[in-house]
This record gives sequence, structure tokens and C-alpha cells, in this order.
Amino acid sequence: MLWNLFINCFKVGAFTIGGGYAMIPVMKNVFVQQKKWVSEEEFIDMVSMVQIVPGAIAINASIYLGHKLAGLSGALVATLGSILPSFLIILLIASSLTGWYQYPLIANFFKGVRPAVVGLILVAGVKIGKGILKSKQSLVLAFVFGALILWLKIHPVWLIIAGSVSGIFLGRQKR
Amino acid sequence: MIWQLFITFARIGLFTFGGGYAMLPLIQREVIDRFKWLNETEFLDIIATAEMTPGPISINTATFVGYKMAGFWGSVLATLGVILPSFVTITLLTVLLNKLKDNKTAQDGLKGMRPAVTAMIITAAFSLFSQSVTRPLDLIIFLGVVVCSWQNWLNPIIILLLSGLLGLVCGLC
Repeated sequence: MLWNLFINCFKVGAFTIGGGYAMIPVMKNVFVQQKKWVSEEEFIDMVSMVQIVPGAIAINASIYLGHKLAGLSGALVATLGSILPSFLIILLIASSLTGWYQYPLIANFFKGVRPAVVGLILVAGVKIGKGILKSKQSLVLAFVFGALILWLKIHPVWLIIAGSVSGIFLGRQKR
Repeated sequence: MIWQLFITFARIGLFTFGGGYAMLPLIQREVIDRFKWLNETEFLDIIATAEMTPGPISINTATFVGYKMAGFWGSVLATLGVILPSFVTITLLTVLLNKLKDNKTAQDGLKGMRPAVTAMIITAAFSLFSQSVTRPLDLIIFLGVVVCSWQNWLNPIIILLLSGLLGLVCGLC
């Protein structure tokens, strides 16, 4: 079971390009459809649950599924399996290719890529923010938080804490 | 140094809610502003590399920064650091989490984080903008990417590859 778990998590980790969210559908395909280790319902519950916990969603999902299927050792094995592919690839890039960034062709490639990354980050932020447009309070909070980061250089950690406290407070008031 | 990497990435892991991009402002603050382990250009290159290779951005960044600052063991410790908070919480609290999922207070808290996370990500994009958009071509790429990604016309990997090729071709001219 442990070996099987490791290999399947490794596969999910190795074949999903484009960050954590891309891993979830692949993971579902392997764990629910192919292996039938968890039911579809459990999987969907699991996805909403691991978002309460800090960290990357895909890694959280493998920790949870590993733990559910084979206890603590299952959690360890599943985590290792899913991070090992990206770990090895980045290690390879970091150790052999860093010099390549100076190479003109690669340097020009990355010069074109950088503004694209900023564009992707901006769109990701705005898309996450779309959900808060429904309430004026959240919109005002978002602006206040943004101003605090930009001008007062407040550490993001404090905003996360302030945000959750205000969320709980406002929620209480509503009920 | 290795210990510092471990602690820093554990802290980043602990305060990332909402996955992926939500981690970037934290990494920016700790890794670039505070410890100066990376500059902003290197950071953008790592995000691009992370998007074009398998695995979550957080893991990729931790591995890369760890390796750059302290070699192989640096990469191991930074990577372990970033997953430690999730690992401990999930394995210890499985039962509790199942209840929390439907708990109103936990939901309110998560909802309340959303404005903070949004503000964090958007301001991160603002502060990285001046570093990366220096030529007219960069502005064209930036605007094109915003439109394509907003409309979901192309997936991020294709967007990055095309932008890179554009940069490469224009660099030759």
C-alpha cells in the first residue's frame, strides 16, 4: 500500500504543470477513478477541508489522503511522493542551469517572461478578489489592507490575522 | 543559515491560506525585502520556472532559494520547512478538521482573510511591475497577458512560453 501510494503521488506530482490547483483534477482522476481509494464525495469534501489549513492545496490534499489511507506513514509517503518530482526538477535547474540565465538567448526569453508573470499575478489577485465584490465591507477592507501594505509596509502576516478576526467579528454581528 | 531557511519557510507555510499565489507576497516580504536572498528579477524568474515545471509554486520556490543560499541541504530544509505547518496540522487534527469544515466561525475567519489575500496579491503585482516592465515590448506583453489570462483564452504555461519567445525574437532584432 505504501509503495503504491508513493508511486501514485509521484505520478501526480510529476505530470501536473502549472502550480497546485492543476494537481487537484489529476489527483482526483488517480485516487477516485483509477484506484478507487476514496469516493468522489469524500474527495470533494477533502478539497474544501484542506483549504482551512495553511499551505499548498495539492500538498495538503496528499497529506490528508495519505493519512486517511495508511496513517502517519501514509501521510509521510504521500507527501514525499508528491513533492519529490518538483524538488528534483528544481534542484536540477538550480544546480545546472543558473549559469544559463546569463546566456543571451535565455536572458531574452526571461525578459519577455517577466512582464507576463506580473500580468498572471495581477489577474490571479483580481480573480480571487471578485468574490469579495459582493460586500461593501470586504471591498473597503481590501483597499485599507492594500494601502497598509503599500505605504506602511505592514507585514502580510498581520493582515491575514486581522482579516480572519474581522471576518469572525462581522460574521457574529450578522447572526 | 540552514536553520534560518527552515524557520523562514516554515513561517511562510504557516501563513499561506488560499494556496499558490497567496504565498508570493509572503515570500517577497521575507526572502527579498528582509533577508535579501533573492532580488525581484530572480523572484520573477523562479515564479516563471515554477509555472512551467511540475509542482506547486511554494515547493519550487523553497527548493530553489534553499539551493541557492545553502546548496543541497539548504534546499531540503527549506522544502521541509514550507510543508511542515500543513503536515503537522493535518495529521494531528484530521478529526477536528472534519468538524471545522462546516463550522460557521471557521468559515467566517476564512472569508475575512479573502480581502487581505486579494490586497496582498495585487500589491505584490504592483511592486513587481516596475522591475519587469521597462521597455514598450514589456508593456505590450503585460497587457496581452492580462487580457488572455482574464478571459481564460490561454493557459499560463502557453502564455509564458509565448511571452518568452516574443522576448527572444525581439532580442534578436
